[in-house]
Amino acid sequence: MNMHRDILLEVRDLQVSYGHIKAVKGVSFTVRRGEIVTLIGANGAGKSSILKAISGLIPYTGHILFNNQDLQKIPAHKIVDLGISQVPEGRGIFGNLTVQENLRLAAWQRGDKQEIATDYDRVYTTFPQLKERCHQLGETLSGGEQQMLAVGRALMSRAKLVLLDEPSMGLSPLLVREIFKVIAEINLNGATILLVEQNANMALRLASRAYVLETGSVIMSGGGKLLSDPRVRAAYLGA
Amino acid sequence: MAYWLQQILNALQLSSIYALIALGYTMVYGIINLINFAHGDVFMVGSFCCFMAAAFLGLSFLPALLLSMIGSAFLGVAIERLAYKPLRQAPRVSAIITALGVGIFIENFTLSLAPYPKVIPPLLKNITWALGGVTFSSLQLIIILLSIGLMFFLDYIVYRTPVGMAMRAISWDKTYVPLMGVPVDFIISITFALGAGLAGAAGTMYGLAYPVIDPYMGIMVGWKAFIAAVVGGIGNIRGAVIGSFILGTVEIMVVAFFPSTYRDFVAFTLLLLLIIIRPYGILGKPRTQKV
Ligand SMILES: Nc1ncnc2c1ncn2[C@@H]1O[C@H](COP(=O)(O)OP(=O)(O)O)[C@@H](O)[C@H]1O
Ligand SMILES: [Mg+2]
Repeated sequence: MNMHRDILLEVRDLQVSYGHIKAVKGVSFTVRRGEIVTLIGANGAGKSSILKAISGLIPYTGHILFNNQDLQKIPAHKIVDLGISQVPEGRGIFGNLTVQENLRLAAWQRGDKQEIATDYDRVYTTFPQLKERCHQLGETLSGGEQQMLAVGRALMSRAKLVLLDEPSMGLSPLLVREIFKVIAEINLNGATILLVEQNANMALRLASRAYVLETGSVIMSGGGKLLSDPRVRAAYLGA
Repeated sequence: MAYWLQQILNALQLSSIYALIALGYTMVYGIINLINFAHGDVFMVGSFCCFMAAAFLGLSFLPALLLSMIGSAFLGVAIERLAYKPLRQAPRVSAIITALGVGIFIENFTLSLAPYPKVIPPLLKNITWALGGVTFSSLQLIIILLSIGLMFFLDYIVYRTPVGMAMRAISWDKTYVPLMGVPVDFIISITFALGAGLAGAAGTMYGLAYPVIDPYMGIMVGWKAFIAAVVGGIGNIRGAVIGSFILGTVEIMVVAFFPSTYRDFVAFTLLLLLIIIRPYGILGKPRTQKV
């Protein structure tokens, strides 16, 4: 791990509240350019809230810096323009749009028809199942196909940083492996990854660094060695 | 036979005007789940824009039509920004009451400027042809063809362009639309502009067909277009067109058989029956409410 690589995302003392419920209580972490970082934690730990705050979907206090730019006042759709794409929990597929329309929408801020066509091909090469279904409505896809489409949309946006919220949720182990393979590929092609998982096993194997979240606070962080930490094994790996 | 053709032609004219208005109700409902009860009054303002363009500016048909569409579109966007946007998180009842209030405001504001009914000067030379007992008027043909053209234009925008994709995505679930980089508020404004612009076009054409206009003309026509949208399946664009053609046809047929005072009574009864049979409208589908 190269400690001198520059920081792409810095989250500093992030706090998120829903009414009087404090969901995130002062979380700080960093993601360096080119890394895969994972946030793991049980249901309700505050993982989704952190990703929503980064994408500008919910209000927060504290600082989120992307490329040293404070995102606090930037509206959600402009954050996408800056190069942050999120694959949300539950995929967020638009069921009344076709597969290809879902992909086209994700390329919203890009005007170049030619390159958008190239990117369709890239997505369809990565997920051949989607190509067969390109004119089918999103709601007709299986869970696995919807997840592929959600990841495909992140590819269409050509994001520098891809946030993934529990991409393994509800998928068979085989599909999870396929999705994780693609995540690794996206990373090799230059995108930085912030991966949120409840199911820590695969995530810890893929990530270069991990943060463990419990009821709104980071309780542990480290590299791949977290996999062998007995506390992590007991709490998140079912060992 | 000629009689029937004549009635069908009349029904097409009335239905096209209903359809242009019904589209605005259904688009706004589809995108923000709001019945925009001020929409009939936007239609009325469209008629008055046409009157001003013709009477004061001396414009001819096409420029008057454009001006009226643009004026109505601005009004639609202003209503959304000033009255509905602040209430987006509020209970739907508040938004609906606000919509009714906005409508009453627009009627009375117009009334203060135009206390007496106005007459739109004839913008088009109305030529009529008699063909085998059927009378075609050029005005009637223009209204029908232009309306159908505008409907195809809207259909193209909604189903073939990225803006249309964004509108449909918002109607599915707007939570994650910003994650696509789509500015949701801007798309909502475009939706209001399109819906109101079509109502403005309807106002112009209605004003040419029935040139005496007054500030309350939008109420009844607005209700009918709204019901047409519900019958077609509110939120569904093609449904709004179908519902309007059903309503327009029923109305014309009632007048053909009964005293004309029966028109609204019979038409509304039929529509109520249709709603009882198909509560979600002809093309509408029950949708589970998203959280
Ligand atoms: N919209 C909301 N309103 C109220 N409470 C919420 C809302 N979203 C999340 N929470 C609460 O915030 C906490 C963190 O939720 P979340 O960020 O979704 O956690 P995770 O993604 O780790 O499961 C939970 O206690 C949850 O109940
Ligand atoms: Mg979550």
